[in-house]
This record gives sequence, structure tokens and C-alpha cells, in this order.
Amino acid sequence: MAKYILKRFALMVVTVLIIATLTFFLMNLLPGSPLNEERSTNEAVQQNLEAHFNLDEPLIVQYVLYLKSIATFDFGPSIKQPTETVNSLLSRGFPISAELGIWTILTAVISGIALGVFAALKHNGLIDYIAMTVAVLGISVPNFVLATLLIQELAVNLDIFPAATWSSPAHMVLPILALATGPMAIIARLTRSSMLETLTQDYIKTARAKGLSPVKVIIKHALRNALMPVVTILGTLMAGILTGTFVIEKIFAIPGMGKYFVESINQRDYPVIMGTTVFYSVFLVFMLFLVDIAYGLLDPRIKLHDEGGG
Amino acid sequence: MLPAAREKETHHHEVPDEWFKPKEKDEQQAELVVRPSLSYWQDAWRRLKKNKLAMSGFFFLVFLGIMAIFGPVLSPHSVSEQVLSNQNQSPSMTHWFGTDDLGRDVFTRTWYGARISLFVGLMAAFIDFFIGITYGGISGYKGGRTDNVMMRIIEILYGLPYLLVVILLLVVLGPSLLTIIIALTVTGWVGMARIVRGQVLQIKHNEFVLASQSFGAKTKRIIRKNLLPNTMGPIIVQMTLTVPTAIFAEAFLSFLGLGIQSPFASWGVMANDALGTILSGHWWRLFFPAFFISATMFAFNVLGDGLQDALDPKLRR
Repeated sequence: MAKYILKRFALMVVTVLIIATLTFFLMNLLPGSPLNEERSTNEAVQQNLEAHFNLDEPLIVQYVLYLKSIATFDFGPSIKQPTETVNSLLSRGFPISAELGIWTILTAVISGIALGVFAALKHNGLIDYIAMTVAVLGISVPNFVLATLLIQELAVNLDIFPAATWSSPAHMVLPILALATGPMAIIARLTRSSMLETLTQDYIKTARAKGLSPVKVIIKHALRNALMPVVTILGTLMAGILTGTFVIEKIFAIPGMGKYFVESINQRDYPVIMGTTVFYSVFLVFMLFLVDIAYGLLDPRIKLHDEGGG
Repeated sequence: MLPAAREKETHHHEVPDEWFKPKEKDEQQAELVVRPSLSYWQDAWRRLKKNKLAMSGFFFLVFLGIMAIFGPVLSPHSVSEQVLSNQNQSPSMTHWFGTDDLGRDVFTRTWYGARISLFVGLMAAFIDFFIGITYGGISGYKGGRTDNVMMRIIEILYGLPYLLVVILLLVVLGPSLLTIIIALTVTGWVGMARIVRGQVLQIKHNEFVLASQSFGAKTKRIIRKNLLPNTMGPIIVQMTLTVPTAIFAEAFLSFLGLGIQSPFASWGVMANDALGTILSGHWWRLFFPAFFISATMFAFNVLGDGLQDALDPKLRR
């Protein structure tokens, strides 16, 4: 196992490097450059600016400089916001995005699994139909529509929760609801479907025949196997939500890091693009690594370090 | 069993022995298969037909398809017609679904939108499906080094900034329906591949796979005949989730100028445009596209559930 983990870590470094490399060259293929819009600057100022951000160097030199910045995790100053460094943007935005993200994931996972399990247990019963209607509505309504409706009803009309900004736990309720509904619905449907499949397996009958209580059979025997598809999507879901979502942050005026992913690309702010991409990809590969480890823990039949099945 | 027959059975000792005679042995008869041989898909269709809810979802989707083709013809208004004096009118006899802020007929636009949204959603789902199950199936079954490399490629695709890829596609291909579908599927299949791989990892050590291997079945046959049918449940669910995701992602793309351009519409674009008008009370502008998106979703979901039961080899009888 230790050997497997060590190998995976080496591969994670390679993966992040490839993502950074591809992003760097794709980014330079984009039409426009970060300094294009300052039309008022004269030739000399323009050249000085380019020299300051190393944009006058050949592409390959710029690339090596970026590799250096990845190794030290110091991406230098932002081109568009000269008073900020990429690191200061990230270290300010991430704690907020992470707080929002963790609560969202917890809400979505707990309620999604509960809905899915109850629906599967009462297959084609009333609870099943109610749970799946909730799930279908959750998927059918995009989160920005839901966010608008939540603000209109719960914040403006009923005045229960504050409408926007980020300062107290009460401020977190509406964005969490808006963000968690979609993933909750997806988790509920996946749980229900694989629960239904698992419940027909012989080992569930065996467990019941041994006289185990239904609750114990469901939680220890069925759910453990039924959670595989849920665990699969959790990796990418976590990476996506913890690093912020642009639309929800914008609607609720939350100073998270989601906006840097979109703005940096629209503004061709090269250091910020590279910084956010490297940050996100490190996060992503680590989450996917955890998912693979979780596979092995949930299902002992899965051997991660085997040498092929065919 | 009929009562008379049961009576005969319980009192069989009263039946004279000469009533019974051994059946003629017929080698050919013994080999005869009584049930007609059905292919996997024929059998699935036979079982699906029995599920009323799933079939009603199926017929609703057929209805939507027909309306998408003929709906705009039914309306007296053309899709490009703009009458500025008819802004934001509520549903009436002349404008069945009302009009929008440019005086365009919402009924006509809804069915034009159905064409785009259904086409984009279905295409994205099918492309994701084929790439996803092939990639995930091979990765999960082969395991070891192959799996490792294939999964790292997925991580790389996922790690690239999506917006960057989309803008580059726009620059290279120009805005068109094809570009939209490529932009939706370029990373869209990754979710399907990961789900299939997870499921295959779980079942590939089962006895029926070992049996197939010992018969000398090739990798391709094992993946197609043994592994994929047994993972159909999550695959179908994932597919029914792809359709609405694609419909909404198309709306997101049109924000960037990559999506459907006026005068044509899609449900996602119509819903987006109408968002700001909820507060001004023009409910019909959001209601109709949102209603048809949700109804389509619902139909796909009940059909998906029916398909899941119909495609599961374990429930075959």
C-alpha cells in the first residue's frame, strides 16, 4: 500500500505539471494579451510593462519561469490588479470558498444519501415518488434560478435570512441551499439506483437470514456497496465546489475565489490563470486520489495495485 | 391451478395406471427451445413496454419531438417576427404563451427552443455515453498500468480551465451547433467514464467474469457482454443527468457568445433571458421554458428508471 501511495504521489506531480504546461500554451494561443487594453500607454511604457512581467521574453523562457513559480508556489503579482499578488488573492478567497464548500458538500451528501436510501427501501411507494420528485426538481432547476427565487422569497418577502454578503452563519444558509440542491438530487438518484441493485444481491438475503436487524443490514451491508457511484462523483464535486462557484458567489456577493477562475481568463491575467489552475489541479488530483483510496476501503474486493484483470 | 386440476393431483392414487404412458423420447424435441430467442435489446423492450410510467415518459418525449418539428408551423407567428408594440403581453388567443420584451411570440420560440435543446441534450448524452462506457470499461477492466495512465489523462482533461478550452474552440471553429456540442462533450464524457470504471472495478472479480474468461472470451466481449450490462443502472442514471446538464450548459455558453444566436432560441437561453423579469411579473416568460425543461427531465427520469429495470440482466424472466 505504501508503495502504491508513493507511486500515486509521483504521478500526481506529473499530472499537475502536464495540466500547467497545457494551460500555459493554450493560454498563449488565446487572442489578446493582458496589456492590450491600456491603449493610452506609449511605446516605451508598454515595453517597460512587458519587461516587468517578462512578457517580452521568448515563450520558452516564460514557460521555464512559470515552472519555477510552480515549484516555489509563488506566482508573483497580478497583471490586472498590480497591488495584489496571486498568492494573496488565493489565500483571501480560498478560506471563504472552502467554508461554503464544506457545508454545501455535507448538506448534499447527508440529505442526498438519506433520500436515496428511503426511496430505494420503499421502491415504487409514496416515499419513493416524493423523494424522486424532489430529486428531479432539484436537477431541473438550475442553481442561479433557485438562488434568485430563494432571495426573493426568504430574504425579500419573508425577511428570514439576509440576502447577500458573507459575515455570519445566517448569511450562509441561502447560498448553501442554492448550491447543495443540485448535488443532493444527483446523489439521491445515484444512491437509489445502486441501492436497488444492491438490495437484490444474495449476500443481503444471507445477512437478513442470519437474523441481523434491518437497520444493520442496510447500513453495514447494503449502503457500503451502494455508495460506490456516490464516492465516484464526490471527488470532482468537491474539487468544483470547494474552489468556488462563480455564479453563486456573484449572486450572493460572496468574496470567494470562484470569480478569479472566470475573470482571469476574460482579462488574460496570465499569472492569475496559472495560479488558479495549478491550485485547482493540485486540489483535484488529491481529491481523486482520496476517492481511489475510498474505493479500496469501501469494497475490499477492489485491489488498486493489482496488475490487470485480463 | 384450477380447483378441478388440483383435486385430480391430490387424489392421483385413484387415477388408473393405464392413463399414464412414457413420453416418446425425441432427441430433437429435447434440444428445442420453447421460448423465442430474444436479443438483449428485444428483451429489454418487451419488459419496458410493461412499465406504464416509463412508457408515458417515452410517449411524452415522442410528443415533444413531434411538437419540436411541427410546433412552429402551428403558430401564426414566425420565429423572427418582432412587434415592439406587443412587448411583454400575457398569454392570449393571439399569443398562446404570451410575448417577450422584444414582442416575440413565446409559443413559437418555445418549440424552436425544443429543437435546439432536445438535439443538443440528446447528442451530448449519446456522445458522452459511447466515449464514457468504452473508456471507463477498458480502464476498469484492464486495471494496473493501463488504468493508471487512462485515469491520469482524465484528471488532466478535468484540470484544464474549462472556459479557456471553450474560448479556444470558439476561436478555432466559430460559433455553430457543432461547436456547442463539441464544447459540451469535450470534458462531459469524463463523469460517465469514471462511473463506469468504478462499477467495473467492483464487479470484474465476480465469478461470471471468471467463467467467461475461462471460456476464452476476448476482452471486448467480456466488457460488452458481461461487464457493461451489469452496470447499466448507474449508466442510465448518469445519462438522464447528462441531458439537463447539457441543456443548461448550452445556456451558459450563449452568455459567452458561443451558444445559440438570435433569432433562434433554446430553452436555456429563454429561461436565462427571463430571469430578470420574475420581479416585474412577466411569469410566462420563465414559466414555459422552465416548465418544458422540468417536464422533459421528468420524462427522461421515469424512462431512465424503467430502462434501468428493463436492462438489468438479473431481473430478466
